[in-house]
Parts: sequence; C-alpha cells; structure tokens
Amino acid sequence: MNLTAIQAIYVFEMKRTFRTLLQSVVAPVMSTSLYFVVFGAAIGSRIDQVEGVSYGAFIVPGLIMLTVLTQSVTNAAFGIYFPKFIGTIYELLSAPASFAEITAGYVLAAATKSFAIGLIILVTAFFFVDLEIRHPVWMMAFLMLTCLSFSLLGFIIGIWARNFEQLQLVPLLVLQPLIFLGGAFYSVSMLPDAWQAVTYLNPVVYLVSGFRWSFYGLADVPVLISLLAIVGFSGLCIATIGWIFKTGWRIRD
Amino acid sequence: MSSIVSVQTLNKTYDGGFRALKDVSLDIRDGEVLALLGPNGAGKTTLISIICGITTATSGKVSVGGHDTIGEYRAARALIGLVPQEINLEPFETVMNTVMFSRGLFGKGRDDAYIERVLRQLSLWDKRDAQTKELSGGMKRRVLIAKALAHEPRVLFLDEPTAGVDVELRREMWETMRDLKSHGVTIILTTHYIEEAELMADRIGIMAGGEIRLVREKAELMAELGRKQLVIELSTNVEKVPEALSGYDLSVGRDGSEIVYHYDSRRDRTGITKLLNDLQAAGLQMRDVRTEQSSLEDIFVDLTQGDAR
Repeated sequence: MNLTAIQAIYVFEMKRTFRTLLQSVVAPVMSTSLYFVVFGAAIGSRIDQVEGVSYGAFIVPGLIMLTVLTQSVTNAAFGIYFPKFIGTIYELLSAPASFAEITAGYVLAAATKSFAIGLIILVTAFFFVDLEIRHPVWMMAFLMLTCLSFSLLGFIIGIWARNFEQLQLVPLLVLQPLIFLGGAFYSVSMLPDAWQAVTYLNPVVYLVSGFRWSFYGLADVPVLISLLAIVGFSGLCIATIGWIFKTGWRIRD
Repeated sequence: MSSIVSVQTLNKTYDGGFRALKDVSLDIRDGEVLALLGPNGAGKTTLISIICGITTATSGKVSVGGHDTIGEYRAARALIGLVPQEINLEPFETVMNTVMFSRGLFGKGRDDAYIERVLRQLSLWDKRDAQTKELSGGMKRRVLIAKALAHEPRVLFLDEPTAGVDVELRREMWETMRDLKSHGVTIILTTHYIEEAELMADRIGIMAGGEIRLVREKAELMAELGRKQLVIELSTNVEKVPEALSGYDLSVGRDGSEIVYHYDSRRDRTGITKLLNDLQAAGLQMRDVRTEQSSLEDIFVDLTQGDAR
C-alpha cells in the first residue's frame, strides 16, 4: 500500500484549503449563520415548537447537513476535476498508486474540510439558539459518515464532469432540492400523507433524520435505517469509483 | 547491455477507430539515450503514454525493469519519470509544493537535500517559493522536469522537451540530460529536431504511421550518412560502366547520361583524382560534376513520406 501517496494527495489538497481559507471555510460558515439569525432568532421566535423543540434549535441539524452535503460534494468534485481540467491528471495516472489510494487521498481531504466546516457551524449555532446534544458520539459519527459518503459522490461527479457547468449542475439541480425537501426545515410528519410517501424516496431525509435524532432524540425514520442508508450509499459510491478506475471511464484513453 | 524497457507487439486503436500504434516492438537499453523522431501523429506520445500507464493498450505487453506495467504496475511505474509535452501545472501552487507532491505521490519519503539538488541543478532553487503561474514558459518546463525527477526515476521520458524553448534554455536542457545520463538514467527523448537527436542520442528511432520504421545506433547511422556520391554527367551516353573502370564502385544513372561514384568522404584518400584521370583515359567526355550526400533528414523524409498528417 502506497500510504505516502495518500498522504501526499491529502497534504496537497489541505494546503489548498488553507490557502483559500476565506472562500472555502469562512464563506459557508457565514452563510449558514445567516440562516440561524433569520430562521432561528428572528422568524423562529414566532413559529411554534416542533415536537417539543424550539424551531430555531430544530433546524440546526438540518442546516449543518445542508452545508456539509454541499461542501463535501463540491470540494471533492473540484479536487479531482481541477487536475483533469488543467491536465495534471497525467501524474496521478502514471503514479504507482492504486485507485483506492488516489480516491482515499482526495476524498479524505474533502471530507476533513467539510467535517471542520460542520463543527464550526455547530459551535456558531450555540451563539444564536439553545442547543442540546443527547448523543454526541452518534452525532459525530453521523457527521463524519455523511462527509465521507458525499465526498465520494463528489469525486464521481468530478470525474464525470466535462466542463465547469456540469460540475455545478448536480449540486445545484439535484442536491439543493433534495436537501431543502429532505426535512431540513420541517418534520416529515408535518406533510400530507401522500407527500410523506414521496419524501421517503429522498435519501437526504434519512441523513437529516438520523442526525437530528442524535441532537434531540427525534427521528422521522428509525435510526438504524438512517445508518444503513448512509452506509449503503457509501458502498454504492465506492463500487462506482472502483468501476471507473477499472474501465478508465472519462479519465484514461 | 540489458534492456530496461521492453515493448512487445504493442497495438493501440482509439475508440474512433484510429490505429495509433501497429505492432510496435522496442527494447530500450539500460543507461542509453534513445531519440524517437517522427512527424506529428506518428504515435510517439501514444507509445510513451502506454508505457507510463496513462493510456491503455489494445494489445501487447510492456515491461519496465523486468516488471509488467499492468500486473506489477507499482514496481514498473516507480522507475519511470515523465515530462509531458504540454505544460500542465497547478497554477497557484509553489514550485516546492508541486515538486514535493510528485515525490510523495510516487511513494518516496521526504528528502529535502535531494529536492534541493534537483531544483538547483535546474536553476529553480531561487524560484522555489514562487507560484508556477508566475514563471516563464521555459521555467515551467523545468518545473515539469523537476517533478519527473523528484522520485529519482531510472527511466526518464521527455516528450518534446525543447519544443518552443529558446536556444539558451535548450542548451541547458541538453546539459541536464547529459548529467542525468552520467548518473545512469535512461532517457527516451521525442523530438522534431534532428540536430537534437544527433547531438544527444546513442540510438535513433524513427516512427511514422504508428510503426517504428528504424532503430539504429547513431554512430552507424552517421557512418551511413558519411557516404557521398560523385555524379559525373557525360557528354555522350554510355550503356554500362567501361571495363577499364571496374575497380571503382560505380553505377550508371539517368539512362546512361551519368556515372555515379560512391565513396566515403571521411577517408583520407577518396580516389576522386584517380577516377577522373581514368575516366579521361577511357575516353569519356565529362560535361559537369557534382557531389551528393544524404543527411539524417533525407533518411527521415524517405521513411516517413506520405505519413505526415
């Protein structure tokens, strides 16, 4: 196993993050904090409690997920798309490193970054709303797994994308609606029955539900199912990446 | 000399149906400089890309240092450094970062002293903290070479390293290549410049139309090029070389209006004076005399004619 290669990619990517701290960390934290101000402090005080939790506190897990999912996907997608775009991918393809090692380097770096952003947002949230975290270990586990699995998805998107438009397409057109309709701002039980059924087709529901459970013990779906959903999703992404490297799809002639 | 890279009946057909390589076989000797010449589209870059693992071959086998490039890709690729034709660099990274990255990617632990030596050798040490986008074209190319050398490869592929490079930098690159060769690094160089091949190579290979048309020792090739022809135009045509002149390497050309003498221009005595005297003695009237010498360029053009795209 070429651990040095994983480390080299990881360090290289993290250096990029630190070099662009303002846009890569400060900006997402800033924009999420605005949600806390508007929905938590301003409008939230006029909205009823949701299942015994103040609205401001209720939306915190969903908002963290919203940012973490988008960040994971865009970071990982950009991480592998950029070498493709500027041509430096020749070096990755000619290196004595396996697909697993190359993926690990990029995905771990993207996941680390979005995990850090998630934590910073969580800490920021304490300034605006009263929070409790009932299952802190599970909370961390859910956050970490989400960062990893969506960084894997981002990695696939980065390889698939042929231009910058396509790179933006999935996060904007697919992820954003899924996240907004995934119960970040409401409990699924607040929807009419028919829409509830549709909602359960949205994978993000399981993530938000599991993550919110770790805060307040409230869940739209059983926690075990949330966990299985996210592990299953990661497995699917890993299998896809394995196939990509085996066939060289969109990376090797 | 044992071979360090062995290519056996390599074929590559791209998805569009274009056959970039046709049954290419080639042995590259340990420690040599091999220059690959050929027009655009000859298959040079495809060949290099397959050896380095960037492109997948349709059929055939490649081994580097005795390791199969598919089955034992880690061992094989660890021996190879590649300087690509295009200048591909992360624009916002510093020279140091990008070179350290290359070393790590190829599985080598940190070695600041070695990296410093490489950067100094390529006159990049003063620029180590500069972002690559701030560098001139020639400097960028040197960064690519530094990246390729960062993991101490035994085989270095240079894909047109001096294309679009000014004279001074080209000389510096040649100097670097000589230095690497003296350290035992095998160098495979693709180039459009025949003089570059003449200057640097131990052997010269000519590719055209996806095939290797010729691989020869440079010295052998040069000896062949040393052969000259003296063409004597006659006032009256002859059917064959007169008996009296059978001692010379002569042939009759252009329907008998010329007699062609083949000789080695590097010898002290070329025999020209004596031949001219003997021609006169044989009663042949000379109208004009000229000499012809084939160059590497002629051989190149002969072999690649009709293939250039």
